[in-house]
Amino acid sequence: MLGRTLREVSAALKQGQVTPTELCKKCLSLIKKTKYLNAYITVSEEVALKQAEESEKRYQQGQSLGDLDGIPVAVKDNFSTSGIETTCASNMLKGYIPPYNATVVQKLLDQGALLMGKTNLDEFAMGSGSTDGVFGPVKNPWSYSKQYRERRRHDEHGDSHWLITGGSSGGSAAAVAAFTCFAALGSDTGGSTRNPAAHCGLVGFKPSYGLVSRHGLIPLVNSMDVPGIFTRCVDDTAIVLGVLAGHDPKDSTTVQDPIKPLMIPGEMDVSRLCIGIPKEYMVPELSSEIQSLWSQAADLFASEGAKVIEVSLPHTCYSIVCYHVLCTSEVASNMARFDGLQYGHRSGIDVSTEAMYAATRQEGFNDVVRGRILSGNFFLLKENYENYFIKAQKVRRLIVRDFVNAFESGVDVLLTPTTLSEAVPYLEFIKEDNRTRSAQDDIFTQAVNMAGLPAVSVPVALSNQGLPIGLQLIGRAFCDQQLLTVAKWFEKQVQFPIIQLQDLMDDGSLVLENGKLTSVSLT
Amino acid sequence: MAASVLRLIYPGRRWALAWIDGGSRQRSGTQTGPASNWARGQSSVAQLSLHTAQKPRKGEHKWAAVVGLEIHVQISSNSKLFSGAQVCFAAPPNSLVSFFDASLPGTLPVLNRRCVEAAVMTGLALNCHINKKSSFDRKHYFYADLPAGYQITQQRLPIAANGHLTYSVYMGKKRSQMATKTVRIKQIQLEQDSGKSLHDDLRSQTLIDLNRAGVGLLEVVLEPDLCCGEEAAIAVRELQMILQALGTSQANMAEGQLRVDANISVHHPGEPLGVRTEVKNLNSLRFLAKAIDYEIQRQITELESGGEILNETRSFDYKLGCTVPMRDKEGKQDYRFMPEPNLPPLVLYDATSLPADADSQQVVNIDELRDMLPELPSTTRERLVEQYGILPEHSFTLLNEVGLLEFFQSVIKETRAEPKKVTNWVLNTLLYYLKQQNLAVSESPVTPAALAELLDLLDSKAISSSAAKQVFEELWKGDGKTAAQIVSEQQLELMQDREALEQLCQATMDSHPQVVMDVRNRNPKAINKLIGLVRRASLSRADPTLIKEILEKKLSL
Repeated sequence: MLGRTLREVSAALKQGQVTPTELCKKCLSLIKKTKYLNAYITVSEEVALKQAEESEKRYQQGQSLGDLDGIPVAVKDNFSTSGIETTCASNMLKGYIPPYNATVVQKLLDQGALLMGKTNLDEFAMGSGSTDGVFGPVKNPWSYSKQYRERRRHDEHGDSHWLITGGSSGGSAAAVAAFTCFAALGSDTGGSTRNPAAHCGLVGFKPSYGLVSRHGLIPLVNSMDVPGIFTRCVDDTAIVLGVLAGHDPKDSTTVQDPIKPLMIPGEMDVSRLCIGIPKEYMVPELSSEIQSLWSQAADLFASEGAKVIEVSLPHTCYSIVCYHVLCTSEVASNMARFDGLQYGHRSGIDVSTEAMYAATRQEGFNDVVRGRILSGNFFLLKENYENYFIKAQKVRRLIVRDFVNAFESGVDVLLTPTTLSEAVPYLEFIKEDNRTRSAQDDIFTQAVNMAGLPAVSVPVALSNQGLPIGLQLIGRAFCDQQLLTVAKWFEKQVQFPIIQLQDLMDDGSLVLENGKLTSVSLT
Repeated sequence: MAASVLRLIYPGRRWALAWIDGGSRQRSGTQTGPASNWARGQSSVAQLSLHTAQKPRKGEHKWAAVVGLEIHVQISSNSKLFSGAQVCFAAPPNSLVSFFDASLPGTLPVLNRRCVEAAVMTGLALNCHINKKSSFDRKHYFYADLPAGYQITQQRLPIAANGHLTYSVYMGKKRSQMATKTVRIKQIQLEQDSGKSLHDDLRSQTLIDLNRAGVGLLEVVLEPDLCCGEEAAIAVRELQMILQALGTSQANMAEGQLRVDANISVHHPGEPLGVRTEVKNLNSLRFLAKAIDYEIQRQITELESGGEILNETRSFDYKLGCTVPMRDKEGKQDYRFMPEPNLPPLVLYDATSLPADADSQQVVNIDELRDMLPELPSTTRERLVEQYGILPEHSFTLLNEVGLLEFFQSVIKETRAEPKKVTNWVLNTLLYYLKQQNLAVSESPVTPAALAELLDLLDSKAISSSAAKQVFEELWKGDGKTAAQIVSEQQLELMQDREALEQLCQATMDSHPQVVMDVRNRNPKAINKLIGLVRRASLSRADPTLIKEILEKKLSL
């Protein structure tokens, strides 16, 4: 049952094949069994069980709230959850229990979803590995998959080669990949949803900026943050997006126009599509495997009659440095509220208010966060503002124009890699510092956030090592539905295999109806 | 637009400014406790004396002072600028705080339409250009009562700019010579107020009250067109009255709804401007004037003794009557401004730019607000002069004292007496009594109706004007008697019986032959003495005009 997609399990609930409480308990049990993945910071067992009970009553009375009623979901621990600790994986917010729900959390709960817990991340979502939070790194479930282990047979066994999930929403990705829930919320500022989705073999969706409310999302970069969605298939993403999308009076940056109900048609005429391949994304660091899958995917579209053209996004190479200035500046500003006065950590040093601030922030934030605050404040200084912040904003405008030009030339969707390579072992990953890693890993995803466009990472195939590889589709602003329609068609063609975690769950609780490793159509 | 009255200052000369405590006098009826006493304490000195700082000495260059003001005005609105929390003065600490006001992580600002409208109305009333597109910025500094670590303000692109405020000053010694002056308004920006810190030095604690955090402010920035404290106070008073007329702010300085920071420098005319200091948080017009003039004098003294002026922030110690450097403002502040990313640009419309399908609840229409502007003080004064034939300076006094105009108009409505008579009684008698006891107009024991009745008695010649003064004094005691009751109890009616009055005149003449002789000898003052004697004999109940007539007849003058 747990291996099913959200849509399938929703149907099962409606048909009474399983009750919300049974489903909830199975997920809770799996969460316990996969505790070593470190996907969850807080497991809200009691809340989930109570929600399941209420959902069950609704089903009994034939008053189901919809597709999400009784569906276990997880939420990244940088979304405010009323009565449930929200830490951002930081000492600063350890023990902080918000009094309100983020709008997206409330919308899920209003639809009857069961909140299983809060998932792990890089501290304040600053990172690309989910390795830099105070609760420790998240382990990629694929590290323990049959697919990966079989191909590493010559290697010594043991746990030392476990893989990172990518990040910063790695906990949410691991939670969905390990079947502990059917959908999870992440956040995406520079690729934080799409990157771990690619590494964990999931659909990772970043909506258009302004389509989904940020109220209650503890910000990284307000002008780029969006709540992201992890599911095991595109249809499930569409269901969740349908619930989340729309104007929120509490977030002035959400669109005012009413959102039409999301409809993802089963079939689509690919021959009318124009797919753009950005030539600047062909970088030397891109793994040959991914590069080859990328071109096969392009061929796939072409073979179905789509027009596939090369496009140029000439300012792509400035994206990371531009992002660095804008991100750290907003971080410096957003983090100013964490002073220990009203909530979160407060240092015992109290010789003066200033000394207390300094000690609180020293103790509360990790090096990555403090480093970004420092750089950001530097960029915002009066004497530097013109040279850094204003310039970065101008470059951002150029990057946005690149995309606009591409779409105006007739391109419907851009096809790119999501990551440079498949997931790497933790020991490999930590050889480089967070800043270098973030700069490298966001290369294909980050510009999308600058432009506020919708983008989705779709799992395409397994690498030679048996690890998932995702490709990214980027759509026009607010053409999220069209993007998901293309993604769904693409997903159907590639037939990505399901993760096989039998070794992990030897008691057989995980029944994979969809069966075996299917052939990878692209390789 | 005309405004308050300024008497230009002469070196060494003292001026009594009856109007000046009008601002601090105004207070809400709900206010209780120490704050109220404090407010009263501020307004207790009705007389303000000022010395000029620009006294030129022989053989020296003349100094000129340059004063610019930044005025923070709390917008009168039900809820805060970016949150739904209520706005209310003197509520229990931290009882009006939304999650956003407390800067809980993940909360976002949502702009209050009422505050935008207040800003537009104020901008229009101050002849500003209204920016159809304005934006918000974050201004960063760490302070315990600023929970987000930044204030949301409009640094780069404010909602209104390039306006002017006109006010009136008296020229020369005669009150009738008035001149109109103008101070340019650089900009008006919308911004958040901070919370309040209460320092408990005894326990070395700071207590924070966030009720005020996030309340909408208009920062009105004046160009440095002012030259002394008194002029600054007059300009602020005029602004205060405009805001109150608009209803965009209660502008009560004692409650902190209007706070002034003053930038002050001195220089020799024709030379570059001097280094300026900023005197912060001036919370009454009197202190504003005093602080500015003190600071001007201090800078002149400093420069003349070879010292230099530091570009620093100072505060006004109202007990010592001097300005002192603010210790916690030492060191250079860099506010690290950046655009507020959570608020889209604020777009305003006018009749031509308004989209046809616009939802009137979602848009702010400048033209609509312009049509809704109420009568502004300058217009009110012109109307008073025209309608009642009163002197222009009287129209200023009527508007300057809070509630006086309403009192005046109520009396006018209920009495048959001439407006000029009413003006005289309201501006001289009533105001004198109020000042004597340091009362607000609303606290007057004599109601408009009582005064109207009294003036009717006077108008119908039922009582003499001196008896009327007596009646007023009785009414002031406030023991509930009407004017008519007092007149009859104390037998203050004018003697209507001509025969009796003639007898009284005769008796007085008979008993004062010397005075009668003086009159006959053409001593012009003597007749007045005789009139006075008759009046005294009549217990002030006789009409002096009538007495004079009878006496003149009897003396065959």
